[in-house]
Formats: sequence, C-alpha cells, structure tokens
Amino acid sequence: MFLLFVGLLCLVYGLCWGHKNLSDTPKTVKILKFHPEKCDGGRGCEKACSQVHFKTDEGGDKSAIHILKDKNSEYKMHVCDQRGLCLDICPVSALTRRKSGVVFLDKNICIGCQACVGFCPVGAMRKSDARIEPFKCISCGACVRACPNGALELVVVNIDDIKQVVYHKQGVD
Amino acid sequence: MMISGQIPVDEYNTGNTKHKWDVNKLKRAHHVVASYDYKKGEIKHGFANRTLFINLSTNEIKEKKVTDEMKKLFTGGRGFGLKLLWDSIKPTTRWNSPENELIITTGPLCGTTQYPGSGKSLCLSISPSTDIICDSNVGGFFGPYLKFTGFDAIEIQGKAKHDVVILIDGEKGKVVVETAPLEETNSHLANEQLTYMYAKEDSDKARQLISVVSAGKAAEHSYWGCMNFSFYDIRRKVCRMKQAGRGGLGTILRDKKIKAIVAKVEKFTGVSNNPADPNKIVEIGTKLHREIRDLDRYQCNMRAVGTGHLVEIMDQYDLLPCENYRFGSFPKASKIYSPKFYELFTKIIPDGCWYGCTMACSKTVDGFEVMTGPYKGQKVTVDGPEYETLGCASNMSLWEPKEVLEFNFYCDTYGLDTISAGTAIAYYMEMYEYGILNKKRCDGLELCFGNFDAVMEFLHRISEGDKGEFVIVAAKGIRRVKDWIKKKGWGDPYFIEECGMESKGLEYSEYVTKESLAMQGGYGLTLKGPQHDEAWLIFMDMVNNQIPTFEDKAEALHYFPMWRTWFGLNGLCKLPWNDIEPANNAETNEPAKVPEHVQNYVDYQNAMTGWNVDKQGLILQSERCYNWQRAMNVFMGRGRRKDDWIPYRSMGPVTEVEYMSRKDRYDSQLVEKVGLNKNDVEKKSVSEKIKILYDWKQDQYQKLADAVYYRRGWTPNGVPTLQKMKELGFSDKKMLDMLEKVIDEDAKKGFNHWGGKYGKGEKPPSIDSKYWEKW
Repeated sequence: MFLLFVGLLCLVYGLCWGHKNLSDTPKTVKILKFHPEKCDGGRGCEKACSQVHFKTDEGGDKSAIHILKDKNSEYKMHVCDQRGLCLDICPVSALTRRKSGVVFLDKNICIGCQACVGFCPVGAMRKSDARIEPFKCISCGACVRACPNGALELVVVNIDDIKQVVYHKQGVD
Repeated sequence: MMISGQIPVDEYNTGNTKHKWDVNKLKRAHHVVASYDYKKGEIKHGFANRTLFINLSTNEIKEKKVTDEMKKLFTGGRGFGLKLLWDSIKPTTRWNSPENELIITTGPLCGTTQYPGSGKSLCLSISPSTDIICDSNVGGFFGPYLKFTGFDAIEIQGKAKHDVVILIDGEKGKVVVETAPLEETNSHLANEQLTYMYAKEDSDKARQLISVVSAGKAAEHSYWGCMNFSFYDIRRKVCRMKQAGRGGLGTILRDKKIKAIVAKVEKFTGVSNNPADPNKIVEIGTKLHREIRDLDRYQCNMRAVGTGHLVEIMDQYDLLPCENYRFGSFPKASKIYSPKFYELFTKIIPDGCWYGCTMACSKTVDGFEVMTGPYKGQKVTVDGPEYETLGCASNMSLWEPKEVLEFNFYCDTYGLDTISAGTAIAYYMEMYEYGILNKKRCDGLELCFGNFDAVMEFLHRISEGDKGEFVIVAAKGIRRVKDWIKKKGWGDPYFIEECGMESKGLEYSEYVTKESLAMQGGYGLTLKGPQHDEAWLIFMDMVNNQIPTFEDKAEALHYFPMWRTWFGLNGLCKLPWNDIEPANNAETNEPAKVPEHVQNYVDYQNAMTGWNVDKQGLILQSERCYNWQRAMNVFMGRGRRKDDWIPYRSMGPVTEVEYMSRKDRYDSQLVEKVGLNKNDVEKKSVSEKIKILYDWKQDQYQKLADAVYYRRGWTPNGVPTLQKMKELGFSDKKMLDMLEKVIDEDAKKGFNHWGGKYGKGEKPPSIDSKYWEKW
C-alpha cells in the first residue's frame, strides 16, 4: 500500500515535471497558409504588416509578407514558415522561439549583423532601409484580418514536423 | 527569456571545471594608481577621432586628437599605430625601454557587424625578437569595444611599479589604472575573473560587454609572449580568446607590469560606427553572408573546421612543414587532418570572433581534460587549433590530436605564440637529432622529434621562470639559440644558421617555401619578419605558374603585400577576402585578386567614411603605411638588404636527407634550371649537388630582391627613396633627412648596387642603380 502511495506520488510529480517542461517548450506554431485562388493582388496584407512593424501603410520592403506574381500570372505568398533555421546563427541570441512557437527577433538585443538575413534559405528574414535590425513574420494575423477575400489563414502545425537544424553540422568530406 | 535555439543550448554544458571566484575580495585588493575622466563622444563615420595615451611610469593619462592629416596619410588602424610610435621612439629604443609603446589600434571599419571579419585590432610595438616594429593582427571584442568606449587607439608607454589592470570604462567615461595583486596571470583564468569583476551585473548579457587583454606567466620569461583578446561566448558561457601572437607583444605587456587591459561598453548596436551610408554596407554584407552560406561548404569549409582544412591541402602539395621544414608532407599527417578535429569541435554555435562574422572559423574543443602541468585533470575550453598551430605540431612531429590540443591550450593560457614556440622547438629538435644539442645541454629535456612530454615540460618550465641556461635562452627564440650554440662551439655554423627558420629574429610561420621563389620573398622581403600575412603566393607561383619572371614576381610582391596591409589599416580580417570566393571568380581577369571582393571593400570603406576612393586609392593608402614602416625600420638601424636574409632551409635542401627525400626533383632542377648536363649531375655526389643548388638559389633570391626593391621604389639596398616618400605625400623632415643621410652613407660604403649576378642575356631591373634620381 505504502509502495503504491510512493509510486503514485512519483507519478504525480513526474506528470507535473513533465507538464512544466511542456509549457516551456512549444510543440506547435501558427503559420500562414495562402489560398491563391482567393487573392486579388490588392496587397492589403502587406500594408497591414508594415503597419505592425513600421507604423506605415507602405507595404513592400517594410512588410514581412510579400505577394508576388509568378510566371503563370498566379499569386504566390513569400513569408517566413517558422522552421527556425536562423535561430542558431544569431551571435547574440536575439532570435528565439517564443512560447507561442513563433520565431521572434528581439530588436533590442539584435546588433544588426544580417547573418539571419543572409542565411535564411527562403529569404524571408526582411531588412528595410528604415532601421539596421531586420524583421520577420510573427504570425500575428494582421494580414489575415486585412484580407477582404479570406486568401490568408493561420494554421497550426507541429514544430517537430517543420523545424530544421542545418548550419551547425555541415560535416567534412 | 530562454536563450535557446533549435538546439537547447541553454542546457548545453561545456563540461569544463567550474571556478568560484570571490571577485569582491580580488577587487578590494585593488588600489587606484591613476584615473582620468573623459567626455563620452560619438563615433563619426568609423572614427572616434581621438586616441588614448597612458604613461605607466608617470601615471599620465591624456587624449590625443586624430587630425584629418593623420587620416589622410595613415588611414587608421595600423597606420595610426605607426604614426604614434614614430612620435615616441628613438633609434636606440628596444622592447624593454620605458619609451617603447604598446599600441592597440582599431581602424574605421572595425566594429561593423554587417560585413564578416570586421572585428580586428592591430597591435604594434618594438619587438624583443627583432628590435624593429612588429604589428600583430587579432580578433576578439577588444578592438571594437575600445572604439565604442571612445578611442581609435590606445598607446601605453612606461612601466608600472606593481601589476596593474587598465580599465577603459565606456559606461562611466573613465580610464582607471589600478593595482591588481591577486588576480591570476594565466589568461584563461585572468580573463574570466576580470570579466565577472567588471560586468555590470551577473548575466551573460553584461559579460558580453566586456573584453580583456592579457598574457600569461610564460610571457614574462620568453620573447614569444602573445596577448590574449577575450570574447565572451554566451552559449558556451566561456571567455574565449584570440591571440595577437607574433613578435612578443605579450612579453612587452608583462614587462610593463600590465596584468590586463579591460574595455567595457555601455551598449552597442549595428550602427555604432555611425556609417555615412549604412544601407550600402548592409547590401554588400548580406551578399557576402549569402556567398558564405552557399559556397563555404564546397570551398574552404571554414564554418565546420576553421583554418585547419589547410592541413590536408598543404600535406598533399608538399607544403606542410614536417620535422623543422625538412619535409613538406609526412606519412602520419592524416592523423591531424581536419576531419579528426571536426569530431572534437563543439558544433552548436555561430563561432565568429566578432559579431556577424559568418566565416565562423573560431572553433573550440570544450571539456578538454588537461593532461600535464598545473591544470592537470581540469576540464577546459581550448580555442583552436588553427592551421598554424597544427603546422607547428607537424613540425615537432606531434601527431595525436590530444597532444596538439594540450600544446595549444598551454601556449594560449601561458601567453605564448604557438607559431614562434612551435617553429623554435622544431629547430631545437633537429639540433638535438644531430647531437648539437643533447639532454645535458637542454637542462635534462629530451627534445627529440615527437617527444610530447619534453615539449610540455619545456613550456611549463618557461612559465615557472626556470633558471636553466638552455630554458632561458631557448625561450628567447631561434636567433638567440643560434648565437648561443655557435658561441659554445657545438656545431658547424653553416648548418646551425641555415636550419633555423627565423628571419630578422622572428620565427617562420608554417609553410614550406622551398619550391616557390616568390613565397621566399613573401617571407623575407617583409616589414616585421617571416609571417604569411604579407603575401601567400605559393599556388600562383609554384602550382599555377602564373608569375614566371622576376618582374611578375616583383609585381605580385608589390600588389599583395600592399593589399593585405590594407586590412590592418581598417580593422579587418583577411579571410573573407579570398577564403570565400564568388562562384564566378575563376572566370574573372584576375582571380587571385578576387575582383568582386576588392570592389566590396572599395564600397565598404566609402560607405563608412564618406570618402570617395577607388581600388587604386586603397593600394595607395597601404603603400604610404608600408613605406613608412620600412623607413622606420631603417631609422632603427635595420631595413636593409642584409636584414632581408632568409635561412637556406626556406630555399632548398640544407641536409643530404632532405636532398635524397626529393632527389628526382632536385636533380631535374640542376638540369632544367641551373643548366647542368644530365650525365654530369648523375656523377656528382649529393654534397656537391647541394652546393651547386645552394649557389643558384641564393642568386635567384638576390635577383628577386633586386626586382622587388625596384618595383617598390627602394634603393638597391632596400631603403625607401626620398622620391618615393615624397610621391606618397610625406613631408616629415625628420624622416626625409634620415633617409637622405642613410642613402648617402650606403652609397659611400658601396651598398647601392644590385645583388644578383647577371650573366649573358640577363639584366638587372635598371642599369643605373641610382635610378630614382632621374624620376
């Protein structure tokens, strides 16, 4: 009986401990999903994004999301997919994965080296002439709300399914 | 907030032995000797526009203004160092004279974070090894932080009575010299103590804003003292360090009784340099980051293994110095190829020695268990090994990675230059092998090739201040040991001189140059001595045969030393210039110059300073400083043809074993190059063949010197001409009068004639050996 009690205690403690870790380490993240058939190229999303980052409606270079037309005249979305390849390259750890799972650049820590901009495999880490520190999509949903046609949505994905770690273990011949 | 990437570095543990320091107790023992309040200022277009002067004998501390004239003539960085030294030293100044200065400079591009390799400091002083100026280039945070505290350079004259720490506090705008009796001297501990002591709070972020310069115990008893520049690694939580290795600057630091120099910044950002056009720098910097991302893995693989990737290449091309440069490759060399170290390196980290350097060549082995000496059994972080340290290992015939790491760790923390120590020990080992040295003559050390225990014992004894006759002289380097052995009458003076790889008193760095005449010049026809930072021409010359004539080689020995000098004027690292190349570089007109990257640097300097220079303008900046430094060597009584002497070991086979190891090569050289008949060659003894080759190669070197001096605008004795100095814009009367006097004296002594023996169909660079007078 006593052993069972101790066992139960351990189990409860273990669960709590596990839970604590769970709350520290995000399992999921919201990423943007694009429905090109609904997009009319109005770029309301870009304007909304530049409002978030630079308090301006300029969009374009001041927006973390870009809507482009490919060679078949179809719309494409170009934005961070939160896989986090940049996290380990930041020399000052200004880039972290937040509790929400989002890869976040803290511009108060950032020293503007552009390593993340240069190394992002999809070019989704943005740099505007307005300031030295880069910026990126934080899955805030401003663009989703701004789109009159519902061409954008935020979907939840498992971080383990998307995260990538490459640059630190490149190997030798 | 959690400091963590994909890899949970927050949980990363180096496994190093932890130290608990009572820093308050250490701090309480300090007593302020001198202090100076200064007005914090803005950096403008890369310049703080003032330098800091400290005299430790008189406790004077003051600021000096950087004038526009100074920028025009000397650009910055090493150039400023030359100017400050010129204003302070006399021809009789030696390394330990009170008026000798230890100077650390930054440069206008130093401290930029967007362009890789922008965190270098250039250190200058009169070297104990050479009695002339030595300039040494080093990474770490100190240079950028020195500038961000408000100074383009620091010059330290005089000597303190007791061990001191110099604090440059950019937070308070205060420079303080205080006694520091209790801190450790050895750098891996001293840097940690001082970083914790001066950090504003107990956090990684605060420790990141401190950089320490120190040198260990062995720097006090050797001419190989290096200075360790710290950079706090927030992921490893270790004060890592980079070395200003060459020329004994750490020896001078300790002679001045400086335990450490500490720079502390309040904060800094990506635009602390206040560039004229920050977006242009972002543009070229990002482009370079992308090149590194896409191409480094297939070019140098610096990001994975650092400069160690060179070991296998050098071994393959017969250029890796083995057993004191006798051989260029070795059967065991694959044991220290880069994959062996890749297994040991920690792979979690950005690994640049300054922020934003994505070349990331600074590798470490963490949790390394020390095998010998005072730290035996402790676990430490070893920074490196870099290529040069690996080349020292092959030179000493040490082939176990662990032994290389141990040598690397102790050299660093004791404050010894791995290059000078390794090259010198390799020479002592060869002398030991030939019986010129032996156990008794070496104070009981059995310094035979490959004896790791004896190497470590030697380093420990240097750090302890051992009074053995050999240890004392051997720690001063090859030049002093050559004189010592000759004085003792222990061997053939020719052999003793020609085997020891030093020139101007400084030990060689780690490349075999026997088959590249241009590279012999790259080591010999230099300012400070045989270091590969002026020119690296082996592949151009030997492998690709792109510079066949003396004139071609002289042009290369003009352009590349000038080009490489430029990095030091600006506070830059050379690696991102040609250790990463654009994908189409091979298709350009001059691939060896990496034209696209040269253009990057033109844009970079203009965008920082607001100047408007072109690529010729960059070379002109260097040419001014290069000639000025040579002229200063002349002022110190050196800087002539005789001082550009190099040992024959760097040109060809000194011994029969070397000749026989590459017999086919040397036999064919006697036929193809010297012009002997093949049958005659076969009839000759090895020693006869060595002698013929010796005479021919020596004459080749003199002819090369002729061509190079001519190209650089120097007299046939290697002295910068008045005409050249004036053309470069110098009007300093003291300098010009001195040169005029020296050139006249040389003429009277008959030194102003070309050095080569010119036969039929050959001609010296100019028939008139006073060619410059007709300019």
